[in-house]
Amino acid sequence: MPDDDTITPGPAPGTATVLGARDHARAQVASAAATSAPTQPTIPASAATDLPPGVAAATVVWDETLPLGGYASRVLRRGVHLRIADLTGDTNVNLVLHHAARPLERLNVADTVKLQWNAYPGGGSLLLSDMGRVLATILDGSDGAVDLFCGASNAAAVAALHGTSGNHSPTPAGRDRLLVGLAKHGLTRRDLPPAANLFTTVRVAPDGALVRSAPTGTPAAVTLRAELDVLVTVAVTPHPLDDRAAYSGGSVRLTAWQGAPAGPDDPARTASPEAQRAFENTDDVLPTLPGES
Amino acid sequence: MDATDVTGLGAVRLDEVVPARAPWTAELAAGEKLRIVDLEGNQAVDFLVYDLHEPDLRYDAAATMAAQRNIFLTTGSVLRDGDGGPLLTLVADTVGRQDTIGGACSCESNTVRYGHHTKHQHACVDNFLLALAPYGRGKRDLVSNVNWFMNVPVDADGALGIVDGLSAPGKHLEVRAERDVLVVISNCPQINNPCNGFDPTPVRVVVHR
Repeated sequence: MPDDDTITPGPAPGTATVLGARDHARAQVASAAATSAPTQPTIPASAATDLPPGVAAATVVWDETLPLGGYASRVLRRGVHLRIADLTGDTNVNLVLHHAARPLERLNVADTVKLQWNAYPGGGSLLLSDMGRVLATILDGSDGAVDLFCGASNAAAVAALHGTSGNHSPTPAGRDRLLVGLAKHGLTRRDLPPAANLFTTVRVAPDGALVRSAPTGTPAAVTLRAELDVLVTVAVTPHPLDDRAAYSGGSVRLTAWQGAPAGPDDPARTASPEAQRAFENTDDVLPTLPGES
Repeated sequence: MDATDVTGLGAVRLDEVVPARAPWTAELAAGEKLRIVDLEGNQAVDFLVYDLHEPDLRYDAAATMAAQRNIFLTTGSVLRDGDGGPLLTLVADTVGRQDTIGGACSCESNTVRYGHHTKHQHACVDNFLLALAPYGRGKRDLVSNVNWFMNVPVDADGALGIVDGLSAPGKHLEVRAERDVLVVISNCPQINNPCNGFDPTPVRVVVHR
């Protein structure tokens, strides 16, 4: 990965013996390269700083910064809020969601656009499953820069543009990174639906053409609220329509904190009759899901 | 082409009518073509395609749209799998544009769109599940599909929906298999939107060289 070289160990005198190797390994965590590495998790998460307004550090359950080409997958309890922050303003994030208790149910981008009668999600839009339920609500910050048509890049297309691809390369495809994240939860390519893209604005021209806007260069953040227990999987890879010669993007910070799901009067729930019924379907399944409340 | 005339299509291996509301599957060998004829007009045909020998490689609407940089399928469009590989090429389309953003109707999505009273109407997802079962495949294998003969425009502000169709009796399309594939059809049973003119009807399927 592009940032791996920031923590490359130096010459290793004394690693010819087990104890020497152990001392060498233990010394790395205190190195300047380790303490200053920008892309790593905050452990414990409650030690995170620079939090969104109103978020208490004690409620933070996940804080991690990913490099370009990085990925993450994690189960979020219902009600947890996840802020996904593009720190440079020139980054695309691939996102898929699965119902954690039953990953057979997952993000369905076609139902998401069709059931909400709109192609361009914004604040208050819902990310819907294939079972007519709400997996997550987009709370704010999307500015319409959520693309539900183009999915994650594949290795063949990335290699055609950048000469190489693969998980081991400096230019991995979004699909390959998402698949690693899913694999850590026992899921395979059979379980990977078309992904959403964050921080990339794509519009449909009258003739059907898909047109990607240039990056804004302004850092941005999207906050999602889990409405069921969800497995969230993200990858930081260029958008499939990004045909720049350079594999472009920056770091992405993920910060999650405890919170409440949509209440009875939540504006996302009351926004439309379709949203109302999608939340009704979500509420309806809760009593029969073990461990979910 | 006259909708009833399959002469001139070359060697016809299969010529069937898919009844209204029914599922249908066929295995196509590389190079074979499947013609689908909208017999009575404005009949949405929900459609998925899988690599016959490696079904995890399946139709990927996003890879297909991103590669051609357009949401509409028409003559020349290549239907791709998740790795970007060609499964089918659309070699004829007398309608002019076909949908792949609208997905398939399901009992569950119908409740969101039309009300909980529609839960027990027949839906395309049920057809897909029934059609895939003999192949040992199921819900994990369902993804965003193609909707032949369905019209889903996107307005400038993002408003999107299924509207009156552009098809008509006898309109047809034809796909050519780029490798051995399994094709799965749900002859859409939807009665709550214009995709079938509120009246599901049969379609004709012809497999030929």
